[in-house]
Amino acid sequence: MDVLLEARDLKKHFGPLRAVDGISLSVKKGEVLGFLGPNGAGKTTTMKMLTGFLAPSAGSAIVCGETVTAGNAAARRRIGYLPEGAPLYGDMTPAGFLAFIAAAHGIEGAVAEKAVRDAAGAVQLEKVMEQRIETLSKGFKRRVGLAAAILHSPDVLILDEPTDGLDPNQKHEVRRLIGAMSAERAIIISTHILEEVEALCSRAVIINAGRIVADGTPSALKARSIYVGAVTMLVPSADADAIVNAAKALDGVAGVEAAGEGDRTRLTILAKPAAQIADPVGDLVAKHGWHVSQFSVDGGRLDDVFRSVTTGKAA
Amino acid sequence: MKDMMTIFRREFASYFATPLAYVFLVIFLVMQGLFTFYVGQFYEREQADLVSFFAYHPWLYLFLVPAIGMRLWAEERKSGTLELLLTLPVNTSAVIAGKYLAAFAFTGLALAMTLPIWITVNWLGDPDNGVIVTGYLGSLLMAGAYLAIAAAMSALTKNQVVAFILAVSVCFLFMVSGLPMVLDTAGGILPGPLVGVVANLSFLAHFENLQKGVVGLSDVVYFLTVIALWLGINRVIVESKREAG
Ligand SMILES: Nc1ncnc2c1ncn2[C@@H]1O[C@H](COP(=O)(O)OP(=O)(O)O)[C@@H](O)[C@H]1O
Ligand SMILES: [Mg+2]
Repeated sequence: MDVLLEARDLKKHFGPLRAVDGISLSVKKGEVLGFLGPNGAGKTTTMKMLTGFLAPSAGSAIVCGETVTAGNAAARRRIGYLPEGAPLYGDMTPAGFLAFIAAAHGIEGAVAEKAVRDAAGAVQLEKVMEQRIETLSKGFKRRVGLAAAILHSPDVLILDEPTDGLDPNQKHEVRRLIGAMSAERAIIISTHILEEVEALCSRAVIINAGRIVADGTPSALKARSIYVGAVTMLVPSADADAIVNAAKALDGVAGVEAAGEGDRTRLTILAKPAAQIADPVGDLVAKHGWHVSQFSVDGGRLDDVFRSVTTGKAA
Repeated sequence: MKDMMTIFRREFASYFATPLAYVFLVIFLVMQGLFTFYVGQFYEREQADLVSFFAYHPWLYLFLVPAIGMRLWAEERKSGTLELLLTLPVNTSAVIAGKYLAAFAFTGLALAMTLPIWITVNWLGDPDNGVIVTGYLGSLLMAGAYLAIAAAMSALTKNQVVAFILAVSVCFLFMVSGLPMVLDTAGGILPGPLVGVVANLSFLAHFENLQKGVVGLSDVVYFLTVIALWLGINRVIVESKREAG
């Protein structure tokens, strides 16, 4: 598959601060890369270099084979960019704004009209096309920003926190949209919402303090969690102690976490690395005839991996 | 060129997106009238010319032109749209020229709205219209020079008020360097030829030349050079502020 977006050892220093300290990654066509990291990790700075807004202190950004620089308009033509916070011209209408964006991309006449109509349609802006942008709700503003980013059908989409500040329905809508656009493009989205990564991304890169600390598919990353293979069950609180003791005695059990939920208790039985504990725990439950109302095997938790790679501590 | 027009159109339209533009045009005309008729004693002079009209332009522009230019970059930086603008596939030069020309066109529009006064003198008497034409040309060029300074100052800050004050200050320096008071003081400190240079740098001297009805190439070139210089400075500031975020 073809690599459409590439970062080669990108660095950005602000005085003594190494905001981005050697980031390399590549995004192929059809891939949605989740770019994760705590606030201040350097996500936005990296994206600004990928779009040519900031000049890297070292390294380079390459889009469809072209090096991105402030002077290289041709490379920028291949990119659709949603800056953090989706800044817009508040005194324009979405119709006027999108027409301006089309013109800036050199799209004219009937083609421009169609491009604007299609982009507006994709994010369902039709009803507000003639309303001033500053009077729109946050969700609609974000959609205007997205429409501007996709209007010229770019090969590469760079979206900085596209769902930040949206309500759950709007988040869902934006994710659906990104998913629908991913087949023909390389997409990179930054976020610190982890469910988004699982819902949307084919790959996740976690950065911290300007460096990559983890890179893999969401499942591969989750597999690094201490919760991978853990068994979670809801049991009557009266039996909880007995179950905990019995479970701890099993081979392959690393520990047990308990959380009360009214007259029941949620037990999470952690597995040692590579140990399979679902069957032994199930047998144990059957043997004692405990009443278990929920039973699930954990695939690992991204938030736990996120925390452990960005703070050095396990959850 | 096409890119520049795209930027120009958006920028020019944005002046009229709020009632502020109309308020400004009214203030501009009222001030023009006040200075021409009241301070400049247009009627009392009983002369069929626009000397009293043009005479106050350097002072009027000192405040009115920075007011037009202050939002050019400060607003983009404050709202974050600068990032949007500079990541479009448009050259920075086209953005700078497009924005400047939009503000210049707005200034020109304000000046064009004073044309009735020209018609009035022609109706009242028999003025030398050639002098008036060069007067307008000089006025427009000087406004352009003020505006180039205002645009550069606007790129320095996210705060429009600060941009306004900076622009007024720098424009003021460029203007007063030609006043006798300043030149006399300078004459006491600097050698003669340098005083000439200071005087020559002033907007006033070149503006006044054009008010006499002679289109001196050197005066036109002077203003165009000043404009080009400040647009160059504007570019340097925009580039460095882009880096600073
Ligand atoms: N223009 C700038 N000047 C100085 N420091 C900056 C600038 N932009 C970002 N930073 C710093 O760089 C670090 C990374 O910021 P950022 O890329 O915005 O992180 P993220 O998007 O991951 O939250 C932060 O510590 C931030 O304060
Ligand atoms: Mg950020």
